[in-house]
Amino acid sequence: MSFDPIVVKKDFPLLEREINGRSIVYLDSANTSQKPRQVIDAMSRFTETSYAPINRSAYQLAAESTDAFEAARAAVRRFINAPKVQEVIFTKNATEALNLVAQSWGVANLRAGDAILLTHMEHHANIVPWHMLAAERGVELRWVPLTADGLLDLTNLPTLLDGAKIFSFTAMSNVLGTLTPVRQLVDAAHAAGAIAIVDGCQYVPHNPTDVQAWGADFVAFSSHKLCGPSGIGVLWGRETLLEEMPPFLGGGNMIADVRLDGFSCAELPAKFEAGTPAITEAVGMHAAISYLSSLGMDNVRAHEVEVTTYAIDKLKTRYGDDITIHGPVDPAVRGATLSFKFKDVHPHDVSQVLDQSNVCVRAGHHCAKPLMKLLGANATARASFYIYNSTADADALADALANAGDLFGF
Amino acid sequence: MPGLEDLYREIILDHYRSPRNRGELAPPAVRAEGHNPLCGDEIQVYLDVKDGIVTDIKIGGQGCSISQSSASMMSAAVKGKPIAEIRNLVRRFKNMMSIEEDDESTPPLDESKPLGDLEALRGVVKFPVRIKCATLAWNTLLDGLDQSI
Repeated sequence: MSFDPIVVKKDFPLLEREINGRSIVYLDSANTSQKPRQVIDAMSRFTETSYAPINRSAYQLAAESTDAFEAARAAVRRFINAPKVQEVIFTKNATEALNLVAQSWGVANLRAGDAILLTHMEHHANIVPWHMLAAERGVELRWVPLTADGLLDLTNLPTLLDGAKIFSFTAMSNVLGTLTPVRQLVDAAHAAGAIAIVDGCQYVPHNPTDVQAWGADFVAFSSHKLCGPSGIGVLWGRETLLEEMPPFLGGGNMIADVRLDGFSCAELPAKFEAGTPAITEAVGMHAAISYLSSLGMDNVRAHEVEVTTYAIDKLKTRYGDDITIHGPVDPAVRGATLSFKFKDVHPHDVSQVLDQSNVCVRAGHHCAKPLMKLLGANATARASFYIYNSTADADALADALANAGDLFGF
Repeated sequence: MPGLEDLYREIILDHYRSPRNRGELAPPAVRAEGHNPLCGDEIQVYLDVKDGIVTDIKIGGQGCSISQSSASMMSAAVKGKPIAEIRNLVRRFKNMMSIEEDDESTPPLDESKPLGDLEALRGVVKFPVRIKCATLAWNTLLDGLDQSI
């Protein structure tokens, strides 16, 4: 580990805040991450000095604004090692990116009788767009099941992929923390003639990402989980596929020509970026990517393995069978997201009690209701760690949990 | 910040540990189902209604201490009561939860009877996120009453 999370934390003004005289233990980064001063400053500076419309005016300010927006796109390309900058499409968020693929590639290519393969550990954002498409097109949805320890059960993968046109899956579960074997899944999809779509929301902010090494066709992720602002996300797609696809949203910026009797589309990436985009947010996302890159994504991953190992060990040692951590126990195949069941205390009550100690965890279904059903729970509590969390935060979590045990000790 | 003792009153924990009127009622009992979309909690309310009176009520489903205890107290409070009185009680409870009435044509609230155990849930208002937990059963009850007509 070549960075100190205690030092990193000082870059995050919000985490300096105290509530009732106690510091904040923010363990909800799988939900959304906090923002470093570098991102806040970059957005303020841009707003104060260079904000203007992009792609449509000749004056210097507009040129500066356009340059800043395109510099963000170039930064994203480098961050995920995409082959071409025009393959990076800015969207509102990852949800919109997945809806874009479903409504554009999906509608153009799926026919009644085709199948879409998903997994039991998907977020609603990688389920509902496909339900919508399936209902519209008479397409069958199939699901890769899970093993008892929260990994994908790939035993019947070739059968499940038989007749599938799309295999869309997460690179990391937002509930279980499971890392999936992306390259293997992509290869299996391609061998069956399906395209492979990777939901990278939970993976990209925490691991070095190389879309070419994955070999995937589309990858979606958001800015707000990687220390950038909300309101902007990314769809990376293969140029050949993006070229063939019909546009998603219509409007300004995405057109080459508009006549009374029709329109023609702009070149990539503008073709998929209708309307004024999130300009300042793109600048913020660029700053976030620079920030993470300066820490080094290998170091981010190494730090999270360390803190996850510590947290699992701490919680299991202290609470034994009173705590159940869902998902794989081996840190090598999981990220820093720990969903857990504590005694028989309902997750909402766990979260409420933890809040008294300023320990912020998510309680609920995590937008993954099919997975919750599989776990036999309506909800779990989830603690997720990031670059600004140290082992002291795992200690704080363990200490605060004792209060829940005391209050609901039955 | 309000303390946990404002929220987790002993009587609430008692209803959570020993919920009243748990179970199901067979048809022709009315069955209403409620979801809290934020947390995934589910509740079922079964009602036997005869001559405008809720003669029996059962509660199913699962949820946090606040939603479960609220459902338990509600079941005890409405069992054997006329529908008009129950509707008045639902309005009083939602008022207590700071939920404004959207229909100004409703009759004036009758607040002559004490709320009893339900008073214990007053502290929930200090924890706005939990108001939805407390009102889940009550909204589901309203659904059931509407079905029973």
